Amino acid sequence: MGTLTHGLGCEGEAVNNLKSGRSLSERYGRYWYKFRRNKLSIIGLAAIIAVIFIALFAPWLSPYPSNAGLFVNFAAAGQAPSGTHVFGTEEIGRDIFSRIMFGFQYSLMLMVVVLSISVAPGVILGLIAGYYNGRGISVVIMRLADVFVAVPPLLLALSVASVLTPSAVNAMLAVSLAWWPWYTRLVYSSSSSIRNEDYVRAAELVGASRWHIMFKEILPNSLGSILTKVTLDCGWVILIGASLSYVGLGAQAPTPDLGTMIAEGAAYLPAQWWISIFPAFAIVVVILGFNLLGDGINDMFSSGIS
Amino acid sequence: MHLNDPIFVQYFYWVQGIFTGDWGIALFTQRNVLLDVQEFLPSTVELIAVAAIIDLLIAVPLGLVAGRYANSAVDNGVRILSYIGIAIPSFVVAVLLQISLGYGTHLFPIIGRLSQTTAPPPTITGLYTIDSLLTGNFGAFGDALWHLVLPAFALALGPIAQEARIMRSAVVENLHSDYTLSEISHGLPERTIALKYLMKPSLIPTITIYALDISAQIGNAFLIELIFNWPGFSRYGLNAMLSKDLNAIVAVVLVAGIMFAVANILVDLVVGYLDPRIRLRGRSGE
Repeated sequence: MGTLTHGLGCEGEAVNNLKSGRSLSERYGRYWYKFRRNKLSIIGLAAIIAVIFIALFAPWLSPYPSNAGLFVNFAAAGQAPSGTHVFGTEEIGRDIFSRIMFGFQYSLMLMVVVLSISVAPGVILGLIAGYYNGRGISVVIMRLADVFVAVPPLLLALSVASVLTPSAVNAMLAVSLAWWPWYTRLVYSSSSSIRNEDYVRAAELVGASRWHIMFKEILPNSLGSILTKVTLDCGWVILIGASLSYVGLGAQAPTPDLGTMIAEGAAYLPAQWWISIFPAFAIVVVILGFNLLGDGINDMFSSGIS
Repeated sequence: MHLNDPIFVQYFYWVQGIFTGDWGIALFTQRNVLLDVQEFLPSTVELIAVAAIIDLLIAVPLGLVAGRYANSAVDNGVRILSYIGIAIPSFVVAVLLQISLGYGTHLFPIIGRLSQTTAPPPTITGLYTIDSLLTGNFGAFGDALWHLVLPAFALALGPIAQEARIMRSAVVENLHSDYTLSEISHGLPERTIALKYLMKPSLIPTITIYALDISAQIGNAFLIELIFNWPGFSRYGLNAMLSKDLNAIVAVVLVAGIMFAVANILVDLVVGYLDPRIRLRGRSGE
């Protein structure tokens, strides 16, 4: 049996060699084929595209765009879902459907900002630590990452956000600070093994610079796992952002934010259930969408024998 | 407070204080933070421990069944459950549980650790369930346990979903391994294969994530304790954060870090016990 698995491994390599000879469009076609094999991935992709679309065009799509900001209409306060207000209105009469559409904007912005702040430094530090594995700089970087990993992300984000003044920007900073070490650890583990591959040795032998090796040889080969983690993290980042808002350390009123909306509506449960249930449902859709999408991307990059 | 000293000298004094029991004064309780930690930590430990037990008791069987019967209706059911568990924020789960099982049907109490009518047991460990058992007060034990169900379950749902998925994929992998095939061909009973030979190796990756999740629970408990009005360490930490009480915040982060380190050491021990390869490697001194 041992020899058989070994044979399979060789075959996999042969397939890989063949693949690199194929044209680019064929390779993408193959990725797309692997992705769409799972119907759930397609559902996730569709949900995320829909959410991005809604967030981008919220001012034009929402029935009451003025309700996103400072707006009070006590005559319409606390109305149940109806034809005029699809998801009902909250305690000062703002349309919940419109506010959810604008709430997506903040959630997506938080996600984009946090991941663009934390992924790049995390990945670069991981590459450096993996390239110089066993040397002083690698030890320093990885122990620093360990310190940040030792504190749960939600707790770290909460404590940083609490020390700064509560605002949307500081919430993003706080979550980013909790996020980069996970990428450093991920890239470190892949790059320190890729570092000893023959093709990296060969590149060194022909005199490639260390930056060339890090970014052109090692990075492309760890891109699959990075991309999978980024997609799965999108949901987590939004969740942590909502948790920060829930306790009042995230976006401040009147910015429409799903976490804040759930927290404010919780006081009116269960009689006026629509105030917090619909925003909660919206956040579930976003997180679920990113998780399904992440699993699809994982299928794309994993060797497709399973 | 050594405010006129350089920052690293201040840090030295702080570290000295940590080891000599002087954790600084919490501004909003007006006493040594260490006393606060001693008072509030046990109830959070109790909550997290019960959540961890619920987690293990549900996630492992779910993952085992889903992996053993991969791609069946049961597997799909578990998959949908785990997606829901991952996607619903714990604070939403908590509120929904409160409304459905607490407010709506009065099956479970909504807030607190004990009913108004029940006297708290004398403090021995600070964990109400253990204290009441030690003093033979079974009424208080039942009441304390009853109050733990909803918050612990709200806390456990996310980790259950995650661990069930990891357990499932580990079981699927081990199901196709050579040793399982040889066990099947030798005609071992299905039960023995599943419970003895399939579960043990599959537990290794599950336990690793399990420990990480438990040590992160002190962060997740922040929202749960707020919602269930649980007089615990996380709610203490949240109050400290909302009032910018630095000494208390530092203590909360420190305790969380210690819990993480302890959980990781325990995992290494358990994985060493489960995985003979690691044990043997350690013995031969490689």
